[in-house]
Amino acid sequence: MTQQLSEFSIALRETLGKKLSLFPSSILGQELDMIMVRTNPFDIVNLCDFLKNDTELMFTYFASLTVVDYEQVDKTLEVVYHLISLTKRYKLTIKSSISSDNPTINSVTNIWRAADWFEREAHDLFGVFFEGHPNLKPLLLYEGFEGYPGRKSFPFHEYKEW
Amino acid sequence: MSDNDGQFISEAKFLGEGYRSGLGNNPADSVFNRVLPNALTAKSDELFALARKSSLWTLSFGLACCAIEMISTHMSHHDLDRFGVVTWPSPRQADVMIVAGTVVKKMADPIKLLYEQMPEPKWVIAMGACATNGGPYYKSYSVVMGVDHLIPVDVYIPGCPPRPEALMHGIMQLQEKITMDSKKLP
Repeated sequence: MTQQLSEFSIALRETLGKKLSLFPSSILGQELDMIMVRTNPFDIVNLCDFLKNDTELMFTYFASLTVVDYEQVDKTLEVVYHLISLTKRYKLTIKSSISSDNPTINSVTNIWRAADWFEREAHDLFGVFFEGHPNLKPLLLYEGFEGYPGRKSFPFHEYKEW
Repeated sequence: MSDNDGQFISEAKFLGEGYRSGLGNNPADSVFNRVLPNALTAKSDELFALARKSSLWTLSFGLACCAIEMISTHMSHHDLDRFGVVTWPSPRQADVMIVAGTVVKKMADPIKLLYEQMPEPKWVIAMGACATNGGPYYKSYSVVMGVDHLIPVDVYIPGCPPRPEALMHGIMQLQEKITMDSKKLP
C-alpha cells in the first residue's frame, strides 16, 4: 500500500539511496507515505549516529520509539523509531526486529536524550532491555508489577481490580 | 436556699429571676431568651455544621481531564468562591478532597497517604466517571476501578467530565449532607 510521497520525502529517498551504501544491512523501503529503513539491531547505534550528524540529513529530532508485538507471527518484537529533520523537513521511520525470548537492543540515549523515557516505557510495557541506558526504572507501572501489558500475551481478562 | 452563717446570698437575688434551683449550675436565661424563647438558640452541632459547610476548603486533587473542569468551576464564570470554597494545596488545612481524574495504581499509595494526613472532619468527593468506578478504563492493567477502593467517598459526581454546574451541585449536595448529619435525631 503506497501513497503519494511529498516532495521532501522524494528528496529524502534519493539522498538516502546514495548514503545507505555505507550500511550494507539496511534496506530502504516505503510504508504508506513515510520512508522506512529496515535494519539489523546491531547496526542501530551506528546508523542513528550517522543520520543525526550527516550534514545533508541532520535528523536531530527524535520523535518517538514504539514496539510492535509480532510474537505470535514469528516470535519477534519490532522496535520502531521515528525521526524528523527540522532543517531539511524530512521524516523517517527505522524498524528493526529483535527476538521475543530475550529482547535486547542498544540504546540510543547517547545520541538523542529524548529517547530516555521512550525506552523506559518500552521496557515497562514490552520487556525490551536497552543496553547502555542510564536508568531503566519503571516509568508507568508501579514497582512490583508482573508481566508486560503491551504484549498480546498479557492476560487481559484476568485483571485484578485492586 | 438556706443561709449558711449569713454568708450565703440567695441565688435568686444574685442570678436573676430565671434561676431554677436544683438543676445544677444553670445560669439564668438571657433577656433574649426570656422575651423571645428559642429565637436565637440553636444546637451547637448545627452551628458548627453551618460554619463547616459554608467554608469548605478543598484539597484539589486534579489528576486528569476532570481537573480542567474543576479549574473552570473555580474561575469567574461559574464561581466557587461564592460558596466559600477555595483550593488549598496542603492536606493539613483542607476539609474536602475532590478526586478529579483517573486513579492509577501507581498513585494509590499517595492518595491514601494524603487522605490520612487530612484532619477530621473530612469528606471526599469523587468527581467524574474514572474516580467513581474506573470509567472508560474498564479492566485496565493500571487503573484502580474507582477511588472508593482506597478511601471512603461521600459524594459521587457522574460525567466525563462533569460540567461545572454538576460539580457545584455535588458540592451543594455535600453541604446538605453535612447539615443533615448534624441534625442527629435522638
